Amino acid sequence: MNWAALTVFSVLFALVTVLGFVAARWRAADLNHLHEWGLGGRRFGTIVTWFLLGGDLYTAYTFIAVPALVFGAGAIGFFAVPYTLMLYPFVYVVYPRLWSVAHRHGYVTASDFVRGRYGSPLLATLVAVTGILATMPYIALQLVGIQVVIGAMGFSGEGLAGDLPLIVAFAILAAYTYSSGLRAPALISVVKDLLIYITVIAAITVIPAKLGGYGQIFAAVDPKKLLLAPPAAGNSGAYSAYATLALGSVLALFLYPHCVTALLSSNSRGVIKRNMALLPAYSLALALLAFLGYVAVAAHVQTNPAYAGYFAKYGNNFAVPALMLEYFPGWFVGVAFATIAIGALVPAAIMSIAAANLFTRNLYKEYLKPAASPADEARVAKLMSLVVKVGALAFILFVPQQYAIDLQLLGGVWIIQTFPTVVVGLYTRWLHRWALVAGWAVGMLAGTAMVASQQFKPAFPLHLGDWTVPGYAAFYALLLNLVVAVGLTYLFRALKLREGGDATLSGDYEYDVT
Amino acid sequence: MRAKKPSRSKRLLWHVALFIPFFVAIYVPLYNRIEPTLFGIPFFYWFQTLWIVVAAAVTALAYRAKI
Repeated sequence: MNWAALTVFSVLFALVTVLGFVAARWRAADLNHLHEWGLGGRRFGTIVTWFLLGGDLYTAYTFIAVPALVFGAGAIGFFAVPYTLMLYPFVYVVYPRLWSVAHRHGYVTASDFVRGRYGSPLLATLVAVTGILATMPYIALQLVGIQVVIGAMGFSGEGLAGDLPLIVAFAILAAYTYSSGLRAPALISVVKDLLIYITVIAAITVIPAKLGGYGQIFAAVDPKKLLLAPPAAGNSGAYSAYATLALGSVLALFLYPHCVTALLSSNSRGVIKRNMALLPAYSLALALLAFLGYVAVAAHVQTNPAYAGYFAKYGNNFAVPALMLEYFPGWFVGVAFATIAIGALVPAAIMSIAAANLFTRNLYKEYLKPAASPADEARVAKLMSLVVKVGALAFILFVPQQYAIDLQLLGGVWIIQTFPTVVVGLYTRWLHRWALVAGWAVGMLAGTAMVASQQFKPAFPLHLGDWTVPGYAAFYALLLNLVVAVGLTYLFRALKLREGGDATLSGDYEYDVT
Repeated sequence: MRAKKPSRSKRLLWHVALFIPFFVAIYVPLYNRIEPTLFGIPFFYWFQTLWIVVAAAVTALAYRAKI
């Protein structure tokens, strides 16, 4: 047992637990309203939103998995960098429109918007169900991050004893999310993000220096892994896979319910726009962390007998924790590991709140109790946030971890299928609602089939004549979805299929608070 | 509330500027090379990392131009 690390870890964990409960009284309001519990009263300014979105997008799993991918696969793992550099200009242009229309009409979820825009409960339900399905494995994966660091601190018990720390951590998370709603992760993310910057800066300055600098580190990496394999005859190779992985991820990210929730909790369009220029600070941290994958290669942690057992258990996800154990003093290992664990709790909280909001607004109120009062909504959402977390915990405890990883990959393929409905819908009502339903169904089926046919690898080798273009399955499935949606829109309009109402006006999309 | 909106053509120009990072990011042949290295870091890695900063700067300037 690593006592110094464990002590620091426990102190930091206790601190954020207190913060989580205190958050209920922060900017006090009636938490028996869904927009208070589930959106923090839509009152977050630039700084809180920066911490909240940073804590939300850059999850613990990201910080473990991206370096792990670089460690294992090399250059292709760096796709997270072009992904995040494209992300913010895109969100800057597109998503203030969602904030405006949601603010104007009191929408809490993307499905609320779809319901209003297309007058189609079915389409709204599909978007809600897709969101919940995509979010569940994402929550489960956050637990993987916690598991790795708990194991690395010396909790090696099998069965219930080994799982107990994880269960306790999640029970605490569930309790303060229940009582404080979105205010809890918002407040905790301040601590989490500061810890991330401290840990990243320490890691990228201290460790490479001990290994003789970056020149030495990159020299230790297999030259074949340092660059993407260039296209060969009849095959665009890693180039198209890398570009479509990045592009598809950009188009998908802000369709995830937890991103919409954080976005809608901000208090003006300006807050979102300013944050799109400020959030890249986290992308820089992520890029530097990706380098740690190579640092781990150069440090030969994988062949170090001290870590062999962990690598056997956690795979490449142990690369970064191993580096920290190797080069940091015990107390700072505690800081770094607490960063990873807290970094998992913040997004897990936001994701469970977002899934709960969707269930409450778009399933419960839509079908089970249309006359639900605001207090009913808040009560159901709180309960749902518990159900979602228990589900994720059970999943990670009883199902092989690989399933969670495979399902999270599928989650990305699924959520991007709501792009035509939500993002195109922010600009035009031209696409027919039934064409959108059909496009969604085709995209879901085709995307799932593509991923399954590749043994759950994200890149699908598309054959165009005798040319093979490997690309992100989510991206290809989205293209198919768009083709179906556009084609059927022409057909349905010719058949004069009913269009359904539109509760929004064009000015709603530019609306801002004065 | 913001002052009057920029003209259509100015908005269009800024939108083109905001999408430059897209083209740079997805045009892989542009940066899939080792040389020139910077502090021992291959071009592939430092160039893309640098563009995080460039994209942020473009976004910040667009905000200042009230786009």
